[in-house]
Amino acid sequence: MSRFGSPAAGVVVQAGAITRQSTVWAGSHQAPMLDAARLALTRDLQLAFRKRGQLVQPLAFFAMVTMLFPLAISPELARLREIAPGVLWAGALLASLLALEFLFRDDAHDGTLEQYALSGQSLTWLMFAKTAAHWLLTGLPLALMAPLAALSLGVSVAAVPGIVVSVAVGSVALSLIGSIGAALTLGIKRSGALLSLLTLPLSLPVLIFGARATQLAISGGPLLAPLELLAALVVLGVTLAPLAAAAAVRISLE
Amino acid sequence: MTWTWFHRLGSPPYVYGLATRLTPWFAWPAALLIIGGLWGGLVLAPADYQQGDGFRIIYVHAPSAWMSLMVYTTMAIAAAVGLIWRIKVAHAVAASCAPIGASFTFAALVTGALWGQPMWGTYWEWDPRLTSELILLFLYLGYMGLRAGLEDTQRADRASAVLAVVGVVNVPIIHYSVTWWNSLHQAPSVMRLAKPTMAASMLVPLLMMLLGFTLFFGAVLLVRLRGEVLNRERSASWIREIVST
Amino acid sequence: MSHFFEMGGYAVFVWPAYAVTLAAIVLNIVWARRALARSREDARRRLGLRGEGP
Repeated sequence: MSRFGSPAAGVVVQAGAITRQSTVWAGSHQAPMLDAARLALTRDLQLAFRKRGQLVQPLAFFAMVTMLFPLAISPELARLREIAPGVLWAGALLASLLALEFLFRDDAHDGTLEQYALSGQSLTWLMFAKTAAHWLLTGLPLALMAPLAALSLGVSVAAVPGIVVSVAVGSVALSLIGSIGAALTLGIKRSGALLSLLTLPLSLPVLIFGARATQLAISGGPLLAPLELLAALVVLGVTLAPLAAAAAVRISLE
Repeated sequence: MTWTWFHRLGSPPYVYGLATRLTPWFAWPAALLIIGGLWGGLVLAPADYQQGDGFRIIYVHAPSAWMSLMVYTTMAIAAAVGLIWRIKVAHAVAASCAPIGASFTFAALVTGALWGQPMWGTYWEWDPRLTSELILLFLYLGYMGLRAGLEDTQRADRASAVLAVVGVVNVPIIHYSVTWWNSLHQAPSVMRLAKPTMAASMLVPLLMMLLGFTLFFGAVLLVRLRGEVLNRERSASWIREIVST
Repeated sequence: MSHFFEMGGYAVFVWPAYAVTLAAIVLNIVWARRALARSREDARRRLGLRGEGP
């Protein structure tokens, strides 16, 4: 039944735990879906740490992209400081697009995603858990790395907290929006460009407000307003994106 | 009240026949209205007080922009209907809409740029309305790209339907962007429930063009719909009759 | 008459705008008809008729 081949040894164990959850808890009135979600989250984190090399790739990509601009435009720190918000956010957006390909790929390949869909657990919550794990593995490290890139672009140290917060919040929205595109393009070969085409239009508001917030952080202004708008986008994303992603996964697995 | 007419709309052979019969009823009035609107807009309408003859771009820009939004909304509604009630014909409608909407979004962006340069001094600006209209073009292209990338028609229908529904949030943003934000683009002068702020001699050709373009969309949609319906039917004896003539 | 073509000096903006829109209209007609013809051809091939017809 699985189009994606037989499960790899060991990987199916935790997926099995999630499906077993539904049979064990079938009679009870507790909230098994939260436990299932928690299991999915820890599973993703554990699996990711087994392949640490893969985790570093988006970060390395981000570092290289931000390096392109000083070399291509101008090494003058004053000029770089002006374009720093744009460079940081373009780099973060591209890096997270790169990382999105990993979100579902392995699970789709070894049949875990089908197990999730068939498990009787809320696929929406499982999608939320996977996206949360994805953010912890890519978005958060990006947010922590962004100050380094910013400093290399001539930004003052005082702006660092604001930069970390704005990129951290914005990258949550990016992961959520990206999960929809990743789910829609499951199994399509060489879907990188298509995934970008699907994700970027919806991510542009995040880019706009995030860059604005980072800009204000750098210039020392009040970044609460765009930050709140970013947070609003995150709330919108949290409520709608896992739902859309779950629907998209079901469609992709049919 | 019988709902048979509604159920018949879900039947591919019925829809195919209906589309074939209805197309001229959309195409000819569309042609007349567009030609009439062009005559009224290019020749009869007086030059604008501030913009001179340059304002006449409105007779192609406004209908194109209207098309870009209206077609996407139609596409999203058809996609939602197809997704919720699993009606193939609805998916066929959505698929038919995309190329039409994309081409007129492109036309709206280009005509807008050509209008912007002489009037407001710039071909382009990254203000909310222009930016979100550009996003709309990318949404169309993404929709078409997703369909092209998925070989299985059923999966393509359902996946692109999810995309269309998710992207529909952009439509009200485009429409209300000029009231929500200070935008380079001018405030709505026609799409207001109160009296529009245009002279009748200028307004009438514009309304003719808007209606004519809408009917044109209907005609093109019906032609495409026939093809999309055929694509989704496997064997079916009714196809045999139709394609062997 | 020449005033019509010059569009009060805005000709270089007005006429390309109309040309682009006209192109969009024509393109849609051509594209749609071609898509329908292709679908009919595909259906014919699927049914094994291959244009032979009755």
